[in-house]
Amino acid sequence: MSLKDIKKQFPIFSNKIQNNDLVYLDSANSSQKPQIVVDRIYDFYTKEFSNVGRSIHYLAVAATNLYENTRTLVQKYINAKDKNEIVFTKGATEAINLVANTFGQKYLKKGDEVLLTELEHHSNYVPWHYLRKSKGVKIKFAEMDENGDVTLETIEKNITDKTKIIAITHLSNVTGAILPVKEITKLAHSKNIPVLIDGCQGAPHLKLDMQDLDCDFYAISCHKMYGPTGLGILYAKKKWLEELPPYQGGGGMIREVKKEGITFGELPNKYEAGTMATAQVIAFGESIKFINKIGIENIEKHERELTVYGEEVLRKNNSVKLIGNPKDKGSVLSFTLDGVHPHDIATILDEDGVAIRAGHHCCQILHEKLGLSATARASLGVYNTKEDLDQLNESLNKCKKIFS
Amino acid sequence: MDLKELYQEIILDHGKNPRNLGKFENFNKDAEGYNPLCGDKVHVYLKLNEDKEIEDISFEGHGCAISMASASIMTELMKDKKNSEVKEILNDFLDMIKQSPELKSQLIKEDEKTKLMSLSGVKRYPMRVKCATIAWHALASAMNYKKDENNSEKFI
Repeated sequence: MSLKDIKKQFPIFSNKIQNNDLVYLDSANSSQKPQIVVDRIYDFYTKEFSNVGRSIHYLAVAATNLYENTRTLVQKYINAKDKNEIVFTKGATEAINLVANTFGQKYLKKGDEVLLTELEHHSNYVPWHYLRKSKGVKIKFAEMDENGDVTLETIEKNITDKTKIIAITHLSNVTGAILPVKEITKLAHSKNIPVLIDGCQGAPHLKLDMQDLDCDFYAISCHKMYGPTGLGILYAKKKWLEELPPYQGGGGMIREVKKEGITFGELPNKYEAGTMATAQVIAFGESIKFINKIGIENIEKHERELTVYGEEVLRKNNSVKLIGNPKDKGSVLSFTLDGVHPHDIATILDEDGVAIRAGHHCCQILHEKLGLSATARASLGVYNTKEDLDQLNESLNKCKKIFS
Repeated sequence: MDLKELYQEIILDHGKNPRNLGKFENFNKDAEGYNPLCGDKVHVYLKLNEDKEIEDISFEGHGCAISMASASIMTELMKDKKNSEVKEILNDFLDMIKQSPELKSQLIKEDEKTKLMSLSGVKRYPMRVKCATIAWHALASAMNYKKDENNSEKFI
């Protein structure tokens, strides 16, 4: 599949948005969906629908197989050792909550430390905050440097003999910093500390290999990977999924239920209580196939080239200040524009069909460190082009003109 | 309606050069308005006399052109207003931003109406309504107006 005509695969780009061609620069927030993913949801509901893992009629068996096929596709995509290390959740947020909750319940006590970074999205801070409240766990934040990076050395400096888990982002959704997660994991493991990686921005853009990375937990958001909303993935090493207690109780996750007590089901059912987002899981299989067809390496190359081009264009614009200049940068361009608040930028750009995000991007700790209440952010996906970034720049000039 | 309606000259002027900006020393009431969506904050300071008349008013904050302009215009308008007048104007403004095509209060002079109506452009941008009202909600809190439970946008 060629990247040249990739926009054609996404039906949203053939529609006018408020009479404009859509220039979608908000993929770090959520990506658009290719036709095959949308079709898969429709087809499943119209021709194949049944709940999975329960009934034994034809549709139920077929749906169960489709559902489990996606698990295998994900396993292969991230090179996990075992397909049962893939747990479907309602989102990456739930994946992190699952770990914070179960790991916290079993292993954390008063005075223990959880090490995060200042880059973290609220979804990799707030779940740990609950443990601070309920158990007296201490949360430490590894500092972001002036480039918007968190280095291995800073992580090392923050590890103490009380550190019980390290939970860090793979790729910052604000500065674009790609953290040295493999080295951090190696360091943590040398001190017997497990590592959770928030892979919301990593999984859609970078090649993943769980066995090589060796992290203990990796959280994925499917709607940022050209997949449906309402679906996330927790990768966890099998030993953790066996050791940790279940997260939610309900149907499907039990083995035997009696008035006196309950035994829990095998993996991965133990962590998939209740009816799951069946259609989304099945459709997400198409997202993986879509990415595989292009090749994640090609997507990464394309997005890296665009990021460099976008930075060039914005650097030439004297009124724009780019936020973050990390050593290794993902496809996120956060910036401010002299004399124009990010919200005003977003509204004015929107009038030209240019969709960006403005605000704190669910990273208030990071923005406090930057001394800014808000930034504007253009983030890229497989469908973006140099023309999109030229249009961004042109519309930014329009902002300047209005506010001059 | 287009961007020119949203970013009228009055708004750009007040956004760039907000009036009554900065805390003053002898305030006796204050409250903060906060927009969790964007992190914008507007803090309103009041000096009320014994009859709850606004003798002085100012604000501090950071935010977009709309929220700064709205706070600026509001502080200009509310100075020397009696309690009952503040309440009436506040409700009239919020009603206009929410639904009414015009301002109804006789207490607002024509030139003041023009300024306030310049903020009506946000009606086309639902995500920006909060920007236009953030200072007004802070003022309502500072004045201790309780919310009418049946109408969260109406102060009594």
